[in-house]
Amino acid sequence: MTSPGTRLLVCAGTGCVSRGAFEVRRALEEEIRRRGLEREVLVAATECHGFCERGPILLVWPDGVFYQRLKPADVPRLVEEHLIKGRPVRGLMYVPPRGRAPAPLMKDIGFFKRQRLLVLRNRGRIDPERIDDYIACDGYAAAARALSEMTPESIVAAITASGLRGRGGAGYPTGRKWAACAAQPRSPKYIVCNGDEGDPGAFMDRSVLEADPHSVIEGLIIGARAIGAARGFLYIRNEYPLAVARAGKALEQAREYGLLGTNILGTGFDFDLEIVRGAGAFVSGEETALLASIEGRRAYPRQRPPYPAERGLWGLPTVINNVETWANVPPIVLRGADWFAGLGTPASKGTKVFSLVGKISNTGLVEVPMGITLREIIEEIGGGVPGGRAVKAVQIGGPSGGCIPASAFDIAVDYESLKAAGSMMGSGGMIVMDEDTCMVDVALYFLRFAEDESCGKCAPCRSGTAAMARLLAGITAGKGTADDLARLEDLADTVKRASLCGLGQTAPNPVLTTLRYFRDEYEAHVLDKRCPALVCKALIAFSIDPERCVGCLLCRKACPAGAISGEPKKAQAIDPAACIKCGVCLTVCPDRFRAVRKTTPARSAASGPPAAARVAPPGPKDGER
Amino acid sequence: MRPERSELDALTAKYRGRPRALIQVLQDIQDRFHWLPPEALEHVAEALGVPLVQVYGVATFYRSFSLQPRGRHVCTVCLGTACHIRGGEAVLEGFERRLGVPAGRTTADGAYTLERVNCLGACALAPLAVVDGRYYPQMTEAKVGAVLAEAEKGEKA
Repeated sequence: MTSPGTRLLVCAGTGCVSRGAFEVRRALEEEIRRRGLEREVLVAATECHGFCERGPILLVWPDGVFYQRLKPADVPRLVEEHLIKGRPVRGLMYVPPRGRAPAPLMKDIGFFKRQRLLVLRNRGRIDPERIDDYIACDGYAAAARALSEMTPESIVAAITASGLRGRGGAGYPTGRKWAACAAQPRSPKYIVCNGDEGDPGAFMDRSVLEADPHSVIEGLIIGARAIGAARGFLYIRNEYPLAVARAGKALEQAREYGLLGTNILGTGFDFDLEIVRGAGAFVSGEETALLASIEGRRAYPRQRPPYPAERGLWGLPTVINNVETWANVPPIVLRGADWFAGLGTPASKGTKVFSLVGKISNTGLVEVPMGITLREIIEEIGGGVPGGRAVKAVQIGGPSGGCIPASAFDIAVDYESLKAAGSMMGSGGMIVMDEDTCMVDVALYFLRFAEDESCGKCAPCRSGTAAMARLLAGITAGKGTADDLARLEDLADTVKRASLCGLGQTAPNPVLTTLRYFRDEYEAHVLDKRCPALVCKALIAFSIDPERCVGCLLCRKACPAGAISGEPKKAQAIDPAACIKCGVCLTVCPDRFRAVRKTTPARSAASGPPAAARVAPPGPKDGER
Repeated sequence: MRPERSELDALTAKYRGRPRALIQVLQDIQDRFHWLPPEALEHVAEALGVPLVQVYGVATFYRSFSLQPRGRHVCTVCLGTACHIRGGEAVLEGFERRLGVPAGRTTADGAYTLERVNCLGACALAPLAVVDGRYYPQMTEAKVGAVLAEAEKGEKA
């Protein structure tokens, strides 16, 4: 049999699948069969490329042509033109946000160019459901070396020398954690993978588990050997069904190949893993709470020390690291601690995976060397904010992190500088915000999240986050006073210092950073009762410009509150008393009329230069983000 | 749907006498019935040898468990940060208006349950809604009607 010369790699990540990647794949297979090309062309599923917003994505190998936003209807033309006539279809290629000409090759696309793939090393190269693909890319070679050529001490020494720090958020040195557990005289010991990625805005753990589950399993085998554990647990969020399924399949395959179970690879080492599904509680991501959850209890955190390395699962020594940390382990063992330590900055080694989302052109998952600047990530990889809007800030680290203003985008991305800016690495969610994002509303969003997810065990977190959310809700409703800002700061300080676990200790960060960098927006809300970003419903109004309205009645038909009236073909009017400010009228008003206005009151003379009421420029329409 | 005793026996059999499997058992039961009926909780307490109060404690602590019957269709609106700043609230309000129930409730005819979740980890698709397990990326308030019609059709097919 001849081996196929051309491979069509269809991305099978959640993003692409939800946009119809499987339908595209079926259409490709049918078309290839219809044309009798089965011997020359292979259609295969691959893991996530991270460029989720552009899905479904197809990579033609070996030429490296990158197609995006495919529909099954595009397939016959693509096969005919590209595969038969050898003319790649420009109309299906990616066009950079500030360019006109398409970028045909994956390596020329800004989104991919600046990335350095380590955790995502097999991106687009393997089918996550085939262990042979992983093995063909050096998979399990590191585990084999750790089991046959290295001692537990030398593994711990390598991880320590590499400078790897935990990718779950706080950045604790991984080698030190392992060494502490290895030194414990008691046994049995346990290994745990924290896959309870609850941070809103982060999805790298989901992607790694879905796209390359064997890289995590291999890391866990190496960790187990280093500390002498015979059992381990993969704790995965219940909200990630595809990740649970793929990890389950990978475990079965690893067992079949003798990589898990008794006498692994004939080395006499026994180790097996079990998947535990989370049950939907953000606090489960905190390590002591997660261990309680594995034990079948409510996910309440407990005071540390003792740390899990000393007293973990069922009171026994346990190493717990998150998904991304585990995926870093095999390349360190395989390529050496020095190689890893050569990447990044003096205190933050290696790479970090970020999920770059929000108001950004190239949305998706990116892996960059530590020390790269925020500006490089947002402008060069992310392609800036779409629609010609100005970028305002980036929120990093989820509810534990904070907002960093555009003026500070030249800081290097590492654990220390993010902390100095008032934020933190967190799990690596990066949410870009533009001038249409209200920072007070964002702070309220995070505080409501923290209030909602607080487990309730300690009072500072339980009552403190609720009190802060109440104050912020008052401010966005136009009922805040200048005193409220001082009260907020005072409460934030108490919650930060007095809470039991990381959830409460970091919950005030979004408030503190927005107060630090965007105080003028808070002042506009409390002093002038206006929302400069035109977001807070109580402080904005919708109206129709009679000069521009032609009376097409689209808005009237769409208005769920029946607030719009007027004669057909004449200017319509919005009844402010009936308007629920859902904004549907603004989105349905055709671009050629742009008759609907969103406004906030004019700034008062006392607190700044007089200005007209801010009017929203026409917003992006559906599908144009 | 009310559970039969024999079915509960089958679901708990392999965890009998193992208190630490509590969350797993409850997940299995909910996968089967879409909620946790009171008789199932009592059955679990007995089978695993766990006090009933602890079973309730766990069932009420975790968000994925429902102590109320759920509808034939489940609509989940994601309100993660990316969804929030791209207009997720308006999508949720659209579902609330169409279905006539607030988030967390089931319609009186038992057809739909509306839920909000704090992040589904599919932020590149924001704002996102999931109906009967199907993902709807870049959701808008205006698409709610069509999405619900599709769910209805799926049921007939």
